[in-house]
Amino acid sequence: MSSCFQTLSDYGLRSIGYGERLLPKADITLCEQFVLIGSGMIWNIYFAVLALLLGFFFATVLALGKNSNLSLFSAPCRLFIFIFRGSPLFIQFFFAYDLFVLLPRLGFDIDLGFLVVTVETRWLTKAWLGALIVLFFNTSAYAGEIFYGALRAVPSQDLESADAFGFTGIKKFRRIIWPTMLRLAWPSYTNEAIFMFHATTLIFFTGFPAWQQKGDAIYYASYFADKTFNPFVPYPIVGFYFIFLTLLIIGLFSLINRRLNKHLPTNERKRLRFNKHNLIR
Amino acid sequence: MFSYCVDPKAIEGLMWLSCYITTAKHMSFYFSFLVVMGLLSLAAPLAMAFGFAGATASRSNFRIIRSLGKGYLAMIRGIPDIVFFLFIPIALDQAFEYLRHKVLCSDVTEPIRQGNDFVVCAAAKLPLNTAGEWVHDIYGFSLALLAFGFVFGAFAGNVLSGAMAAVPKPQIETGEAYGFSQSQIFRRILIPQMWIYALPGLSNLWMILIKATPLLFLLGIEDIVYWAKELGGIKTGVYEYPHPDWRAWYFGVLMIFYLSLTYLSQSVLDKISARLSQGQATMAGKAG
Repeated sequence: MSSCFQTLSDYGLRSIGYGERLLPKADITLCEQFVLIGSGMIWNIYFAVLALLLGFFFATVLALGKNSNLSLFSAPCRLFIFIFRGSPLFIQFFFAYDLFVLLPRLGFDIDLGFLVVTVETRWLTKAWLGALIVLFFNTSAYAGEIFYGALRAVPSQDLESADAFGFTGIKKFRRIIWPTMLRLAWPSYTNEAIFMFHATTLIFFTGFPAWQQKGDAIYYASYFADKTFNPFVPYPIVGFYFIFLTLLIIGLFSLINRRLNKHLPTNERKRLRFNKHNLIR
Repeated sequence: MFSYCVDPKAIEGLMWLSCYITTAKHMSFYFSFLVVMGLLSLAAPLAMAFGFAGATASRSNFRIIRSLGKGYLAMIRGIPDIVFFLFIPIALDQAFEYLRHKVLCSDVTEPIRQGNDFVVCAAAKLPLNTAGEWVHDIYGFSLALLAFGFVFGAFAGNVLSGAMAAVPKPQIETGEAYGFSQSQIFRRILIPQMWIYALPGLSNLWMILIKATPLLFLLGIEDIVYWAKELGGIKTGVYEYPHPDWRAWYFGVLMIFYLSLTYLSQSVLDKISARLSQGQATMAGKAG
């Protein structure tokens, strides 16, 4: 047991570059597999959380844009959503990585007044930025389509009452349209969040290199499966971690769902559950 | 392919390009598009079969079968499909070889798992070492196909069990009132009526399946992704057709291929859905 604590301190943060450098090669223990795969989960969580957080806002913009009467706004939003929803994420990763590689290796400075940050284009070929951008665009497109559908489904009575109260412009959107849109979209959006979290496992199988063997959970799992030639241990471990975190996502999203629906009488509140026969992706 | 292609170094421009895109390797690249189509046309019915079995099992009266069915349908929501794509082919391969070893080489007493090795006797190898290359290809493809069938079967099972639950209860009660047996109700009432409820989910699933086909690459199949990487990479002067890094172009072509495939599918599915909702007591049915 104490050796497992040792393993934890050696490999617990291995995926982000702390601790023991060499991965276990021979006599791989169950503890090592658990710890290292868990360490890889840090990356899956990083990608999912950032892409979802940023994507949420961009998706709202895309939905509003697609809903716009001006084709100047709606056409680019439609095209964006079509491209990212119509092609496989796996190919998007490859395509983006190969484009980023072709970019000249330049850097430019951003003057923040108190601090000058050098942004380098070679960061785009690293997974932490390049893959994050692809995931961000991808989830924005899917969530944008979900929000667009919900926006179209906002009951006209809600809009009329907003007018009756004299709400206009930003206020009408923020107080009436947006909350209703979110409420309608929330079950599908929960589904999208889970799909998106699961899609983070693709990253290190595309062009993006796992530099110094700093990879995600499935990267280490396939490493172990290769080394021990026994898939029956590492893949169930990955499965265990993902089931646990998926349940966490569902719990979190149902809390938000409750808050979104708290004005409704209790018998009209819908519990958040998967749309079994309407998986949207 | 063309007669002027004998010396590619001597030609330029469109002539060079016409020779370049008709090399033997490019022909394999074009063939791999057919592999994708073949996978789609085989995986869809297989997934439906798996899904149907899963959905039926999850409604079974026997507790063990029911929990097996429910577990199968539930697991796909918690675990990423990529895990299954990596796990199933190698697990199946080892399971087959293990069984064949037990049957064919029962005289061998050494354990199969020796440290980090998985050792079976030569006669139990799949495919046999003496088998031709095409046998290996077919075997690999079949394992990949089973993985797709299993994963998408779980998705389809969710859709179908949702659709079965959506069939109005009075319809079933009517069957009972007429003295139908459980299996008659299942075959004559539940199954015919569930399709309209299943259609949106199944269309969606078809789109997901299309977008999952490049994952064949992870299963070690020489598919379009493999060839795009292979052909697009930098070719130096030692090759017949030297060129810089063209992978972005090749993957651009794949993007266009998939975009047209999904666009076409979507328009066909929209037509089917409009056709099926004619006369139904839904908003879409009344609109027409």
